[in-house]
Amino acid sequence: MSASTTQARPVPAAVGQRLLEISGLKVHFRTDDGMVRAVDGVDIGVDRGETVCVVGESGCGKTVTAMTVLKLIAMPPGKIVAGSIMFEGRDIVPMSPAQMRAIRSKQIGIVFQEPMTSLNPVYTVGQQIAETVRHHEGLSKKAAYERAADMLRLVNIPSPQRRVHDYPHQFSGGMRQRVMIAMALSCNPKLLIADEPTTALDVTIQAQILELLTEMKERLGMAVMLITHAMGVVAETAQRVVVMYAGKVVEEATVEDLFANPRHPYTQGLIRSIPRIDLAATTHTRLEAIPGTVPSLLNPPKGCRFAARCRYVTEACLAAEPPLVEKAPGHKAACIL
Amino acid sequence: MAGSTPVSATVSAGGAPGVLVTPEARRPPISPWQDAWRRFRKHRLAVVCSGILITMIVAVLVGPLFYRVPIDGIDFSVRLQGPSWDHPLGTDDLGQDLLARILYGGRISLAVGFAAMFVAVFVGVLVGSLAGMAGGKTDAALMWVTDLFLSLPQLPLLLLIIYLFRDALTGVVGPEMGVFILIVTIIGLFNWMQVARLVRAQFFSLREKEFVEAARALGASRFRLVWKHILPNALGPVIVAATIDVAAAIIAESTLSFLGLGFPPDIPTWGRLLFDAKDNLDFAPHWALFPGLAIFLTVLSINFVGDGLRDALDPRRVK
Amino acid sequence: MIAIPSLLGISVILFTVLALAPGDPFEELATNPAIPPEVRLQLRASLGMDDPIYIRYFRWLFAMLQGEWGFSFVSRINVDQLILQRLPTTLIVIGSSQILALAIALPVGVLAATRPYSIFDQVVNTLAFVGFSLPTFFTGLLFIMFFSIWLGWLPFVYNTNITATGWQWWWEHIRQSIMPVLVLGLFQGAAWTRFVRSAVLDVIRLDHVTTARAKGLPESRVTIRHVVRNALIPVVTLVALQMPIVFGGAIVTEQIFRVPGIGSLLITAILANDTPVIMAVTFVFACLVIFFNLLADIIYGWLDPRISYR
Repeated sequence: MSASTTQARPVPAAVGQRLLEISGLKVHFRTDDGMVRAVDGVDIGVDRGETVCVVGESGCGKTVTAMTVLKLIAMPPGKIVAGSIMFEGRDIVPMSPAQMRAIRSKQIGIVFQEPMTSLNPVYTVGQQIAETVRHHEGLSKKAAYERAADMLRLVNIPSPQRRVHDYPHQFSGGMRQRVMIAMALSCNPKLLIADEPTTALDVTIQAQILELLTEMKERLGMAVMLITHAMGVVAETAQRVVVMYAGKVVEEATVEDLFANPRHPYTQGLIRSIPRIDLAATTHTRLEAIPGTVPSLLNPPKGCRFAARCRYVTEACLAAEPPLVEKAPGHKAACIL
Repeated sequence: MAGSTPVSATVSAGGAPGVLVTPEARRPPISPWQDAWRRFRKHRLAVVCSGILITMIVAVLVGPLFYRVPIDGIDFSVRLQGPSWDHPLGTDDLGQDLLARILYGGRISLAVGFAAMFVAVFVGVLVGSLAGMAGGKTDAALMWVTDLFLSLPQLPLLLLIIYLFRDALTGVVGPEMGVFILIVTIIGLFNWMQVARLVRAQFFSLREKEFVEAARALGASRFRLVWKHILPNALGPVIVAATIDVAAAIIAESTLSFLGLGFPPDIPTWGRLLFDAKDNLDFAPHWALFPGLAIFLTVLSINFVGDGLRDALDPRRVK
Repeated sequence: MIAIPSLLGISVILFTVLALAPGDPFEELATNPAIPPEVRLQLRASLGMDDPIYIRYFRWLFAMLQGEWGFSFVSRINVDQLILQRLPTTLIVIGSSQILALAIALPVGVLAATRPYSIFDQVVNTLAFVGFSLPTFFTGLLFIMFFSIWLGWLPFVYNTNITATGWQWWWEHIRQSIMPVLVLGLFQGAAWTRFVRSAVLDVIRLDHVTTARAKGLPESRVTIRHVVRNALIPVVTLVALQMPIVFGGAIVTEQIFRVPGIGSLLITAILANDTPVIMAVTFVFACLVIFFNLLADIIYGWLDPRISYR
């Protein structure tokens, strides 16, 4: 699907269910060694008020996809080669930097993986939150600080009135991630992109942050696109799941469907590699890992990209790449099986 | 650093974390030195400048063998003449040939540069290894001294020391050798700090590494451990620092000579030539121009070569 | 307060150099017919040449710190007066050249770093290399050849006795300061441009800059508030480390243009074997370096909130 055909498509009414529709997105990076096809034909849809999880192992292109929605990838070396990103019926891809700035934070907020480095160490958290709301909503300095304190209270940071004047290094990792969430939500966006928001945190804190995200979603009614590599996180938070592998979507389904009936061998492998305390105690099954590694995105193999690691591989898999097709209502998979 | 540094091979620096690129898979395995050479070659200015530098070194080493004009042939009939066939770079106020003097002076300037660099590297490796090996209070004390040396007012101290010691030393080993030893030692002693820091940093980063642990477990002696395992790993950054030290030493020596406080007047180092020329700028600009250009070209070449070496040997420091 | 240990350290080094120096630094007095022998003896006694070394050190140090630097053999006035006369000139020349260097380095370095590997960046980089590979003594001579001899625009010898008054007086002073300030400022500017560029390049790829972009801030605000502001922290440290080189350059520049500062005073004193002046000027340079390091520390703490809470 090329960019021009998707743009020609009739624009759905703004009141429609779909908030974000990524179709046929290809993002490539020029490097010394050649073109890296980090994202190579991705379709993801997010409805209003819905939580969609994008899962896949490191290097599958999920972070690049998330960053591309806000055009936060460095261009060059990155380039959106094809595809469209429709947000409320408007395509983000051809937008000017000024139009993008009006969308960032105001319409789409983002939370990154590393809370320790995502905040500027030389400003207080209050300054950093206030900066956002002052820019987008033109609030006075005082009002912006009050909003900052309100946001800190919202994400359950104790004594927010005092904490707004603290610097990031005075917060723990989990608390900093709360600050990041507060900042991303400060302008009341319609979509929150959370890029592995719990990966860098302690296990106990991870659960708290996920809980906070769910709570925020319920209170503020925004949609969430949660990027993660942990199937456990998916099961807890998502309504719908998109599984990515080597720059492509290999499976998409509702969370119940996916866990009950995974179609793609890669998804099956991911689900089997979830540690199961309940099983480990009784049976002596080994934790299963998927053998092999992700193929090079410099010149990806012809045919199915998972073929080299797939236990069901056939001649047909190596010959041509299987398209993403609807196997059951609302359940798509890119596998010939 | 200058222009030609490649965009890093992994895209992550460009804002796309998590994209895996495996260049090793495509290239045949090559040794670290070949790899360094490949990176050095990419820095075009560094390659050009190493050519210039080698030319200059060869010229001052063998040039006087072919260009046999005496450096002190006084001839008042040709004084203060611009470049001509007889005197390609012109003459000074005594009619001495400037090309011959610049070639000879280049030997001194380059010799001082390299010798002072060796002193600096020796002291730096010594201090850095001591600090890195001892750790604790010794380390803290040595690093304090290192920082102290970094904040010394070098030129005034250099002048003071030369002022105080010159006569005593020249009395022992003669004016030329005395000044040479003095200048080399002192310039070296003012330039070792960077090397010491690099070597020490290498100690601290390698102390916990597996192969050093393994060597220690196998009973390697401390000295062997340092010599065989830690210093070779510090080699790249130290070579880079040493290159810059050569340039710094050449400038320091030229500065001293330019102030009239370096080598004796009859030794035409490049700085001394400038010192002699500076009062004749209006009617003999060539006299100052050529030695000045010699210093500038040498220092510029060394700096660019150093930059290329940094790209080649110290790739982690993307500047 | 790291300044006090540094000052002590430098004073120990200075004193050691003095103590190790062969011969009696005051020998000169004996052969100098202008100095009566009783003055020489008095000086020897005042310095307590026969006391134990540490006592001599402390006595020397307190004398130095109190500004009791003896008097010049040559000009026969107190050294502290001599230096106080000359210090403002040096500070003005150094100060304005540093402001010039900063005015070049900050915008150019930031612009180069925000367009890495562009033509502009490559030109800036090459010029910066040329700039700090050109020794100040050679640039000084080149400037004289160009601006004074060829174009005849600027005087190449600094004149302390300008007779003009009012605006004319100012104009003459500015005119004769242009070349020394340019020589020093361009050299430092070249070095600093590289510092700024590399510091900005280091900061620009940090996560918090992406956060700032994700907030929808304009690029100029991201660059100034979230990149340059953070990059200044390492730049301050690097600039402080350059201070010894700055003072070295000042000595050379003052000598070339005959600027009557403490740098040219030092050279004159060395050529005239005027030991008390040499000692005092070296000591003053040491104090200046330490002062600027201290200043850098204060600025550093002010720029980086993590320091005060350490």
